[in-house]
Amino acid sequence: MSEVASLRVDLGEISLPTPVLAASGCFNSGREMASLVDLGRIGGIVTKSVTLGPTKGLPTPRMAETASGMLNAIGLQNPGVDQFLAKEAPFISSLGTPVIISVAGTSVEEFCQVTLRVRDIPGVVAIEANISCPNVERRNQVFACHADQAAEVIGAMTRLTTLPIFAKLTADVTSITQVAEGCVRAGAFGLSLINTLLGMAIDTETFRPKLGAVTGGLSGPAIRPVAVRCVYEVARAFPDLPILGVGGVVSPADAIELMLAGAWAVQVGTANFFRPEATVEITEGIGEFLARKGLGSVTELRGRVDVPERVAEPAYRSG
Amino acid sequence: MSNHPADGPKPTAVAAGSTTSTPTVLHSRCEVLSSRELGAYHSLTLVAPEIAEASRPGQFVEIAVPEGRDILLRRPFSIHQASRRGGWAGTLEVVFDAIGPGTSWLAEAKAHDVLDVIGPLGRPFSYPHDLTSCLLVGGGYGAAPLYFLAEELRARNKLPHLVLGARDHDRVFKPIEGKRLASSIVIATEDGSLGLRGRVTDVLEDALERTAAQVVYACGPNPMLRAIAELCRSRGVPCQVSVEERMACGLGVCWTCVVPVLASDGGGWWNVRACVEGPVFNAARVWWDRWLGEPGTSETAMPPRGAAGRREGVVEAGRP
Repeated sequence: MSEVASLRVDLGEISLPTPVLAASGCFNSGREMASLVDLGRIGGIVTKSVTLGPTKGLPTPRMAETASGMLNAIGLQNPGVDQFLAKEAPFISSLGTPVIISVAGTSVEEFCQVTLRVRDIPGVVAIEANISCPNVERRNQVFACHADQAAEVIGAMTRLTTLPIFAKLTADVTSITQVAEGCVRAGAFGLSLINTLLGMAIDTETFRPKLGAVTGGLSGPAIRPVAVRCVYEVARAFPDLPILGVGGVVSPADAIELMLAGAWAVQVGTANFFRPEATVEITEGIGEFLARKGLGSVTELRGRVDVPERVAEPAYRSG
Repeated sequence: MSNHPADGPKPTAVAAGSTTSTPTVLHSRCEVLSSRELGAYHSLTLVAPEIAEASRPGQFVEIAVPEGRDILLRRPFSIHQASRRGGWAGTLEVVFDAIGPGTSWLAEAKAHDVLDVIGPLGRPFSYPHDLTSCLLVGGGYGAAPLYFLAEELRARNKLPHLVLGARDHDRVFKPIEGKRLASSIVIATEDGSLGLRGRVTDVLEDALERTAAQVVYACGPNPMLRAIAELCRSRGVPCQVSVEERMACGLGVCWTCVVPVLASDGGGWWNVRACVEGPVFNAARVWWDRWLGEPGTSETAMPPRGAAGRREGVVEAGRP
């Protein structure tokens, strides 16, 4: 019987007990999930994005199931940072599980205002800047579509807190590496890759869009190869940058795949909806995998993808 | 219409308390006791003693389907019966229309198969304290939770009167059991193949008069609920509706199944989760125009959806 492999992941000053976190918008702050999954066994919780004021969100239908995934168009519904501090902060501080607060906004100023309000919540280990939600009024509000705009948000936030800032990026760009570079130069501690992909589905009986907002974010296993590619590209460009891999993780192998591509840890999103204990199941599966492979630590998987030298740098990407 | 509240950001009045406490939700692997046709619908009875014990009328369960290319998400079903006594003690029954890949798979379930069930979910119907005469109105298999409710009302010495509506006789939900259970029953079918010809809304006013109903409970397609809500408002009869809205998780974390609900103080509104704060709502607090569009516009302009208008993955307490 070999020793039990270590699942702990250290990202600079942050230490996560396991490499499997719950993704933003798929877990709230954990309260609703507490009777279905042991929150103490989760690597961390990324809370549902909070904005400065109350946000009512988009009209229904807000969800459409698609092949190996689903579209959503919630529109960042949340009660605003004041309610968040009153209702969620005490719960978050009582958890003992590492919590990353997801912050969203429609202007640099809003990101800053929210950051100022949440930075001192006990138990919070980092902030995730949701600069890539596709369900916003104007596409020019998706800061992560432009390296300079992304950098502006991240740069402003990093001046306001000593907490590490993770920038959550979208794959709906020509070069995610360029956007990543902007964020890194602006002081991002790490990146969360990727947000949902902008998509659309039409009801062929009624000729109507299946979502009330017409378009929405695609999540689930359908987008996992895109996430793996993004993590791989950015990790090659920034080998020392903490990356949280997000996108369609439902099984231990999915999480391992993202880590082989270069992720330091992963976030589980859509899977929580149909398998509330997915984070813990995936963590257990990773442990069994490490034992089977004779690996002592989950960190040994990081970036270990074995790409043949001659194709390691695709000619079509100058990045 | 009468509901045009200020659009100001004021979530507190309706959202207050929504996240302060979360009831315990159970997750069980449940053996199928029976799987059978029920008119045009399908009925599954599951061995689920813990969930059955905790269930109240109006609540729902989420049943897992095989994760694959076409489907990933659990399907929500309102609880038709949760037997706590007698020969069927410890069982749960759900009834659905097998119209999509998830429900079609579930309809193939056989006795002794094992299903993965989460529940009970959502807020149940509340019982009247002083009032006696209750009118329960169900459209299609939307009537499913009303039988569970009728039994609980009887146990509290209330008089449950039943109005059932459907497209045709095959879709009238358990009419014989309804007759046995209810103090009175009226059936309306659109093709006149059972009971009166017409919709439940055509017979509702008479039923309200005849039963001197002091409270109305309704479950069925949203346009039907809206018409019932309007009639109850005009007559000053309190009304609880179990609504349907497209839902991904049923647990309160995805925020897809929201319904616009007016603040109790009349100031503002908020999108409220049907899975946690609902699926049962005070009909007078639902902002129907915002939710379903102005009357006579989007609804009637919509091409027919077929059947009872139900889509798989839609829940009011979910029945697809």
